[in-house]
Amino acid sequence: MTPFADRTGRRLIAGLPTIWLVALFLIPFLIVLKLSFSEMRLAIPPYAPFIEWRHGWPVPALHLSNYAFLFTDPLYVRSYLYSLRVAAVSTAICLAVGYPMAYAIARASPAWRTALLMLVMLPFWTSFLLRVYAWIGLLQNDGLVNHVLLALGLVHRPVRLLQTDFAVYIGIVYAYLPFMILPLYANLEKHDPELLEAAADLGARPFRRFLRITLPLSLPGIAAGALLVFIPAVGEYIVPSLLGRTDQLMIGRVLSDEFFENRDWPVASAVAILMLLLLVVPILLLQRLERRALEAPK
Amino acid sequence: MRVERVTKRFGEFVAVDEVTLEIERGEIFCLLGGSGSGKTTLLRMLAGFERPTSGAVYIDGQDMSSVPPYARPVNMMFQSYALFPHMSVERNVAFGLEQERLARAEIRDRVAEMLELVKMTPYAARKPHQLSGGQRQRVALARALVKRPKLLLLDEPLAALDRKLREYTQFELLAIQQRLGITFVVVTHDQQEAMTISSRMGVMSQGKIVQIGTPAEIYERPATRLVADFIGNVNLFEGRVVESVARGNIRIACQEIGEIEVSSREEGPEQASRALPLEVQPGATVWVAIRPEKIELSPAREAPGGATPATNCVPGRVREVGYRGEVSVLLVQIPSGRLVRVTCPNVGGGVGPRVARDAAVSLLWHPTSPVVLTR
Repeated sequence: MTPFADRTGRRLIAGLPTIWLVALFLIPFLIVLKLSFSEMRLAIPPYAPFIEWRHGWPVPALHLSNYAFLFTDPLYVRSYLYSLRVAAVSTAICLAVGYPMAYAIARASPAWRTALLMLVMLPFWTSFLLRVYAWIGLLQNDGLVNHVLLALGLVHRPVRLLQTDFAVYIGIVYAYLPFMILPLYANLEKHDPELLEAAADLGARPFRRFLRITLPLSLPGIAAGALLVFIPAVGEYIVPSLLGRTDQLMIGRVLSDEFFENRDWPVASAVAILMLLLLVVPILLLQRLERRALEAPK
Repeated sequence: MRVERVTKRFGEFVAVDEVTLEIERGEIFCLLGGSGSGKTTLLRMLAGFERPTSGAVYIDGQDMSSVPPYARPVNMMFQSYALFPHMSVERNVAFGLEQERLARAEIRDRVAEMLELVKMTPYAARKPHQLSGGQRQRVALARALVKRPKLLLLDEPLAALDRKLREYTQFELLAIQQRLGITFVVVTHDQQEAMTISSRMGVMSQGKIVQIGTPAEIYERPATRLVADFIGNVNLFEGRVVESVARGNIRIACQEIGEIEVSSREEGPEQASRALPLEVQPGATVWVAIRPEKIELSPAREAPGGATPATNCVPGRVREVGYRGEVSVLLVQIPSGRLVRVTCPNVGGGVGPRVARDAAVSLLWHPTSPVVLTR
């Protein structure tokens, strides 16, 4: 292959995904960013144009009023905090549930391992929306869970399970558990079993071995899984919309309402940008983790 | 430590087959064998990582069969060292003592003492990935020794080291063992290593112990052809016993090297019985093992009368010469077509091997040099 063809080929290979990213991600992002600085108008589209003409000169119209609004109206601050809390609790539950599962899969025999991993990923083959709807059927007042509770005599009236934080936690954990299990499994699977033998030889009983050897070595996996759950969970829309409270909304729903119901595109865009800023730190952490995993020896 | 008729089966495969042995306190015992000989499995049973399918392991008279590894007075140095990657050298060595719930001050002192012994004190704060192979090995050794076990198990301790480091470490290990008086059990496939450091060794093959003895005993008095061939180099010739002349001599007719006479060394009746099989019937098939260094080379000669001397001598032509600095290793072709391996020290001031290729030579050996084997 000639150097020219080689270089062109390489540029093409790298160029196509770059064009895709620029066209379908960067440009829309810049549009949203621009929108967040505009003023709302009752027009189509419902925002003031970017370039204003003053004394015959084009001037970019930048208003910080949208951002100021977000901080003055308590609705938004409360929604951000609520979203962070829900995401954090869901992440913790995912960790508590997912770690034993990942551990069990990593220690299973190779034949079982493949089957178990398939089972973890199988839910992705069905519609996410339908799976969340299924939980409505389970959790509603005349749903399966309440039927069982009533039949067992544990309660005398149906327990209100839908439209609660509890239902949101269930929904998010159910949906995001594979994102916790898979990175944890990837980490645990690489552990050298001889390290545990050495620890046993030196006098450590099984629980101590887990605490001092397995757990510390699995921290990168825990961090990766936690971030992979937390970051998208903050902006989660479907689960809280179908299962969650009506008196307190998560930020994803607030953004959607702002956009579709209030038709206030600029404020909606500001909500989106602010949410991104909130997640900048976790996203950078995740990137650092991934880079370190790539560069790790062995 | 005593191992009584220990067998380990993995499904159909028998890894260790009815092994019985006794190891004295304070000795360095080597288990020598090739891959698949069962030596590592046996070691792991001493450590407690495998349970014998049948048989028992006793340490100081106590039955260890149901004792897990963390409760045994035994520590192991792994072939891959198995250092904890997320802990510093100091924490690695302290780990075992922490499991014993000792006071922090005592742990610190003992760790410092051990690091001093293996000469790793300046590296106490480093992590394993910041150390060289030899340094990691010393940390692994310190970590195993700091608990003052009754028995230290070493799994191929020198395998990962380069030649110079290996020799140095062999002597270091010996020095440390003598200083601490701990009983060592070493598993290795390297006979040099086994011969250098062990006070006694056991040769294993296919799950069985074939011979136990001091390195000298195993080298000079192999019990079987397998042992003779496994340790060092040897020339094996098949023959038929002609007659047993008194208790010290056997006359054997070999097809390849003619008639030979083997006599025992004059060292007392006990040695004599081990050099030669006690009872060999005339007509029995035996094998004669002669080590390369015990064969002398002399220019081809003819006895008066024109015939070459017959007993303990065979003519040949040098086919290959390997110059090794200290010695030259020659392959000499004898009339039967066989290539006999001969080692000659390079004496004198010449440069290069002392014998040229294609030279006609006579191979001679002292009657006490060969070992007669019946199996």
